Amino acid sequence: MGQIEWAMWANEQALASGLILITGGIVATAGQFTQWYFGAYSIVAGVFVCLLEYPRGKRRKGSTMERCGQKYMTKVVKLFGPLSRNYYVRAFLHLGLSVPAGFLLATILGTACLAIASGIYLLAATRGEQWTPIESKPKERPQVGGTIKQPPSNPPPRPPAEARKKPSEEEDETVGAGVSSGPQENPIPVTDEVV
Amino acid sequence: MANWLLNHWLSVLVLVMWLGLNVFLFVNAFLLYEKGDKYYYTREILGSALAWARASARCLNFNSMLILFPMCRNLLSFLRGTCSFCRRTLRKQLDHNLTFHKLVAYMICLHTAIHIVAHLFNFERYDRSRQSTDGSLASVLSSLSHQEKEGDSWLNPMQTTNMTVIYMTLTSIPGFTGVIITIVLVLMVTSSMEFIRRSYFEVFWYTHHIFIIYFIGLGIHGIGGIVRGQTEESIKENHPYRCAEFFEKWDDDFHCKSPQFEGNSAESWKWILAPGVLYFFERILRLYRSQQQVMITKVVMHPSKVLELQMIKRGFSMEVGQYIFVNCPSISYLEWHPFTLTSAPEEDFFSIHVRAAGDWTENLIKAFEQQHSPIPKIEVDGPFGTASEDVFQYEVAMLIGAGIGVTPFASILKSIWYKFRHADHNLKTQTIYFYWICRETGAFAWFNDLLASLEQEMEESGKVGFLNFRLFLTGWDNNIAGHAALNFDKATDILTGLKHKTFFGRPMWDKEFSTIATIHPKSVVGVFLCGPQALEKCLRKCCHQYSSLDPRKTQFYFNKENF
Repeated sequence: MGQIEWAMWANEQALASGLILITGGIVATAGQFTQWYFGAYSIVAGVFVCLLEYPRGKRRKGSTMERCGQKYMTKVVKLFGPLSRNYYVRAFLHLGLSVPAGFLLATILGTACLAIASGIYLLAATRGEQWTPIESKPKERPQVGGTIKQPPSNPPPRPPAEARKKPSEEEDETVGAGVSSGPQENPIPVTDEVV
Repeated sequence: MANWLLNHWLSVLVLVMWLGLNVFLFVNAFLLYEKGDKYYYTREILGSALAWARASARCLNFNSMLILFPMCRNLLSFLRGTCSFCRRTLRKQLDHNLTFHKLVAYMICLHTAIHIVAHLFNFERYDRSRQSTDGSLASVLSSLSHQEKEGDSWLNPMQTTNMTVIYMTLTSIPGFTGVIITIVLVLMVTSSMEFIRRSYFEVFWYTHHIFIIYFIGLGIHGIGGIVRGQTEESIKENHPYRCAEFFEKWDDDFHCKSPQFEGNSAESWKWILAPGVLYFFERILRLYRSQQQVMITKVVMHPSKVLELQMIKRGFSMEVGQYIFVNCPSISYLEWHPFTLTSAPEEDFFSIHVRAAGDWTENLIKAFEQQHSPIPKIEVDGPFGTASEDVFQYEVAMLIGAGIGVTPFASILKSIWYKFRHADHNLKTQTIYFYWICRETGAFAWFNDLLASLEQEMEESGKVGFLNFRLFLTGWDNNIAGHAALNFDKATDILTGLKHKTFFGRPMWDKEFSTIATIHPKSVVGVFLCGPQALEKCLRKCCHQYSSLDPRKTQFYFNKENF
């Protein structure tokens, strides 16, 4: 249990709550329920929560799966600096946002779910978790010929095999440099004795 | 296309039946509440929202009943066992239990949404008609309880004008239980998202157990009789078609008396009682089976942090490709983790290979590494899963394992070795091509020994062509390649010590398939994969491409095993 990042679950819960708030708000506003203006608030709050929670934070260990198209919102959320990094802020923000929606039946579910998400964020914050944006790493271009330090030390024409020395580290390098780097489909079939 | 249908016809049938039943139940309930005379007056206040709420409720009951069945894995194993003479496809269907469980869960979520939205409208309309003073039929109906001295003739649950919908919801049994079970459902769904499940399994596992609250809440959700329809006798005295227009004159001794209403009784419990009891027995059974003593006969620490445990348990019998759930009380009382069995059924023990891949596995490995403390106790439940006996049914088999997916093939290859040694007639296989694709062999050095001994065995019996390995190392670098190039002439491979040389890079499947099709022009070739989806797509394509149109010639059948 020690490696659980509660913030990841809180993020899913908050995103779901945002969607529930939006749905409840639309029902209340479209149906012109009593006190439907709470519904209108709920739609706005829901959209805000969804936008804030859409970019998933980076996991501490291992690779994180990004949500589709989240890099645009990541930039925006990053702009807020410590306000978006710190989970205490998120916990209290969500708690505050959820309260007005609690006055309308259509959105009360959203309130409950968002309040729970806020609670999980609080737990995450007490364990020192933080939101780190997922940034794409610049592609490393393979350095062709980067390992060739010096010209081949024993170029052809070479003396016959018997006179050749045993393979040493330097020869390994020179041979290796001729082979292309990186895993790839082998263009030259390597035969074996079976089949 | 035909090939796909042949492999999947049962899945399609089950899905079609399930969807069909859902549609049928929905439409049936919808028409009952939308057109039935009994609910005419109720519809006066609520409109169509009543029918939508009730129809989705019926589907919710149906799906809540279904959702527990796929999780009774002991029952499924039993069914699978008794169906040993059944066709393979039937038994494989039982393996898709998790997929079915998820589908049913999605349907529950959909119907929950419909049900809640419909009820929001219902409550709002009840509220409005209670408040309204326009003397319409709806408002007359809503004020019914005040007029009748006989109890229970009310229609509108909101009895006083100053009761709010929120108060009504939170103080009535249906409202309160509804809110609770919906919150529970949302929590279960968010913690079961694939990302959470794969990365933080414990969150998913423990949270998912709140389904108990869901089922109890669902059972009591219908108590309270808030959904009300006219009683039988009242319809005789006051038939809506006759009397609805003259509602102002109901109490004046006209042909129509005031209508009487009764609430529908709770019916959810009827749907969920049986699966609930079944699942309860399933858990008891799991507990009982796990209490059976497991004796650990051998512990081997392989390189790259792989732990092999060889165990014996009374009454344990397995087949190739099955898996077990393992629990270690000293690490965690409640967590059960699945592991593929790596031993063959012919051996007198069963074994698993555990790789450090998370909290629990790391703790397990650490616990067994301690030289001086006693060996931790292990509990085992299983085995589960469809046996992959299909492998033995094909004349030619292509077994492809990628990375950790090679583990179930350990069991299969060992079993083939035993069957081969004892000249087992069940073994139809004449030739096996085994493809092992991984980034670095270090993590599976334990598998190497198995392959080496198999290779030797084949040589000694003089049947060298029976088992052909192709090992592909995808994460190679210049050093390794250079080394290999220099030792090209050596008889054994430098990396694995096997006679079969290791290839570098990914396999060229086109070439492999065409070679095999050429060598075995008249055979049926079974292709078995345990690996990533991208590879699955590629292999399926190749199977279609290289299966000849003539059924007498080479046919490739793809089997994706979800071990």
